[in-house]
Amino acid sequence: MTTVLHKQEQVTLDTFLRGIWEENPVFVMLLGMCPVLAVTNSTLNAIAMGLATLFVLVASGTLVSLLRKMIPREVRIATYIIIIATFVTMVDYTIQAISLDLYNSLGAFIQLIVVNCVILGRAEAYASRQRVGAAVVNALGMGVGFTLALLCLGTVRELLGAGTILGYPIFSPNFEPWVVMILPPGGFFVLGGWLLLFEWIKQRRERRTLQAQGATAHGS
Amino acid sequence: MSEGVQARPQTSSLAMLRTLGGIAMISGFLVVLVFQWTKPIIAENKRIAIEKAVFRVVPNAVSRRDFILAPEGLSPVGKKAKGETVYAAYNAKGELQGVALETVATGYQDVIRILYGYDPQCECVTGIKVLKMTETPGLGDKIAYDPDFLKNFHGLDGKLSADKSGLAHPIAAVKHGSKSEPWQIDSISGATISSKAIGRMINASGQRMFPLIQRYLSGFRPPVTVAAQGGEPPGSDLQ
Amino acid sequence: MALTSKPIEIRTSPHIRKAISVAQIMRNVVYALLPICAWSVYKFGLSALLLLLTTTVACALSESLFCWLSGRNNTVRDFSVIITGLLLGLTLPPGFPLWMAAVAGFMAIGLGKALFGGLGYNVMNPALVGRAFVQAAFPVAITTWTPAFVPGRFSEAIPSTLTTPFMTPPDATVWIQALAIDGFTGATPLALQKFEHISASTIDLLTGVLAGSAGESSALLVFLCGLYLALRGMMDWRIPAAVFTGTILTSLPFYLVSPEIYPSPQFMILSGGLMLGAMFMASDMVGSPLTPRGIWLYGFSIGFLTVMIRLFGGLTEGVMYAILIGNVLTPLIDSVTQPRVYGARRQEERP
Repeated sequence: MTTVLHKQEQVTLDTFLRGIWEENPVFVMLLGMCPVLAVTNSTLNAIAMGLATLFVLVASGTLVSLLRKMIPREVRIATYIIIIATFVTMVDYTIQAISLDLYNSLGAFIQLIVVNCVILGRAEAYASRQRVGAAVVNALGMGVGFTLALLCLGTVRELLGAGTILGYPIFSPNFEPWVVMILPPGGFFVLGGWLLLFEWIKQRRERRTLQAQGATAHGS
Repeated sequence: MSEGVQARPQTSSLAMLRTLGGIAMISGFLVVLVFQWTKPIIAENKRIAIEKAVFRVVPNAVSRRDFILAPEGLSPVGKKAKGETVYAAYNAKGELQGVALETVATGYQDVIRILYGYDPQCECVTGIKVLKMTETPGLGDKIAYDPDFLKNFHGLDGKLSADKSGLAHPIAAVKHGSKSEPWQIDSISGATISSKAIGRMINASGQRMFPLIQRYLSGFRPPVTVAAQGGEPPGSDLQ
Repeated sequence: MALTSKPIEIRTSPHIRKAISVAQIMRNVVYALLPICAWSVYKFGLSALLLLLTTTVACALSESLFCWLSGRNNTVRDFSVIITGLLLGLTLPPGFPLWMAAVAGFMAIGLGKALFGGLGYNVMNPALVGRAFVQAAFPVAITTWTPAFVPGRFSEAIPSTLTTPFMTPPDATVWIQALAIDGFTGATPLALQKFEHISASTIDLLTGVLAGSAGESSALLVFLCGLYLALRGMMDWRIPAAVFTGTILTSLPFYLVSPEIYPSPQFMILSGGLMLGAMFMASDMVGSPLTPRGIWLYGFSIGFLTVMIRLFGGLTEGVMYAILIGNVLTPLIDSVTQPRVYGARRQEERP
């Protein structure tokens, strides 16, 4: 029904990898900060939140892409939200069935996946324009990128804030935990630290490429 | 760009309704499917969680039954009665071992919710379990696991006053190392605010509920068949 | 031989030969802080000395590191980092583990100063940023107070001082009990006031013979040192004056209504870190407003917030957060208190 044609993307490895590095939803696009900062106080929470988001991302991407020709422009956001909310509700019940403790430690942030802008952003910017295959692969990449980013934060915060990873003690029993790391400010500190590291790597790489180009230009 | 918008054919209302309706149908179907599938598992999880908590605060308990307790009387959960949900816990012979109650108060950062056991025989508190809190890790959160602090609640005196309207001695947390009476709680050094919150909430709940429990003590009959534990629906969302 | 070593300089007025440099002001602040440091070392012994040295060295090293990383000239020599180190050391408990003090120093410079672009660009007082970080990271260690004037304090450090890095400090209560000092509860005057409603005597607060952080020593001494700076024109006297006024005006009504629960205004001013904070931290030139009205507003709000946190907050001491909030409010205060340009009309009069 929609007449606007978008260039159909060929499914390549890049379709998947983009979400992990180049367009990482957390470290590059800084989207979905609410769960990133709030539930990464332990590795387990980070993994659970990442997987839940991954599922919603892939499932909603698939459905949106399948239905993309039938969804009128005027009601597209409402449709996307219904689709996303459906999958979030399913995740919500499933996590309650798996473990109530996990459900309680994730708190309201499971339901808040509905308003995670990574998911709506993907539906609007990618899934609604691409074929199912590309949409699924891209959503998978984004989801894995999101999960990895959460894991980066969760591991560091749990390691420093409690001296454990996934509940197993890493340091000697006398280790003094840095309590601030599992409190909200710790989320900001660790996120800032990771952003600093990635930005530094990226700039160094760009400088190297630039130097390499300069060298070849001189050589020729 | 504006030309493009004008050139777009008008979407009919019917198409919009059809899409939204269709999506809503699919959504409803999926949600109900998952809900039906997980419902018994979630109910079982909740029951286990409540029982674990209740059996921890009431020693020797193996089964429980939920009641609604109010000044007007005691009624089993399920009937439409107003009041507080209490969990009566029984031993293997079906004798009442104690009653578990929930209570809340504001701690250092946010509300602290605990479940505590009350033994009507010795008129004392038998144990506490923190259900929800956001106290400072390493400091205020000791109320949940510090063994010396939890020892306070093994037999904390909750005797009724002579006219049976409240407690004879108000339960309160006192400064670390200065506990001298059986109804006092020895605070955690460095976590005075959290400790005092626990004392305050048990006192508030005890003043109100202990007289009621004593008044309607005969009503706490054990479940008809002690073995059939899983049959009853969870009384409240105890998490 | 050359006739003159310097060329003759011909300029129009003003003929001021020498402006006060940043390093000069900072050096004087360090001089003013030294008596306070000396008193706290005398009071708490070796531990306080090691603590002050650690924070200062940690701050200086961090400053060098960040200057090197960002490819700028090393700014250690302008003394501002020494002030940060000394102030940080003075706000910590004397028995604070040295490795945590080093973390605090690193965070003070890294998070409080280097991140914003170095001296002159920091939004908040770096020493307080460092302290706020360790307050949140190590809440137990930073609330463990040890008694003052322990015999043998110059030959032996408080056991928690020399904790192995990243390890939990030993329990201070054992050590304190071994000393068998009567009546020492490990509570500062502020904590005693808050939980037990016992106010320490004014004389004790003035001379500073009580438990507390290394710098919560003698209010009188801190005041005199601050006075030296104010007299030399290196500190704006209006800032501490405004903080004290704000504190008195906020705490007086409570004291008048129920003196048995709420502390007196003089207790409020003399206890805790208020004197040090008002004299040396709130008056930091970088984080305080520029306009005269702004300065009073800034001081008032710090005094007000301190009293509010002390009386109604979960913490016993509120000076640190009050000053940090004051620092953050500074740009706003500056923008709303801009004086009208002479001859310009008020905004509402404009057509």
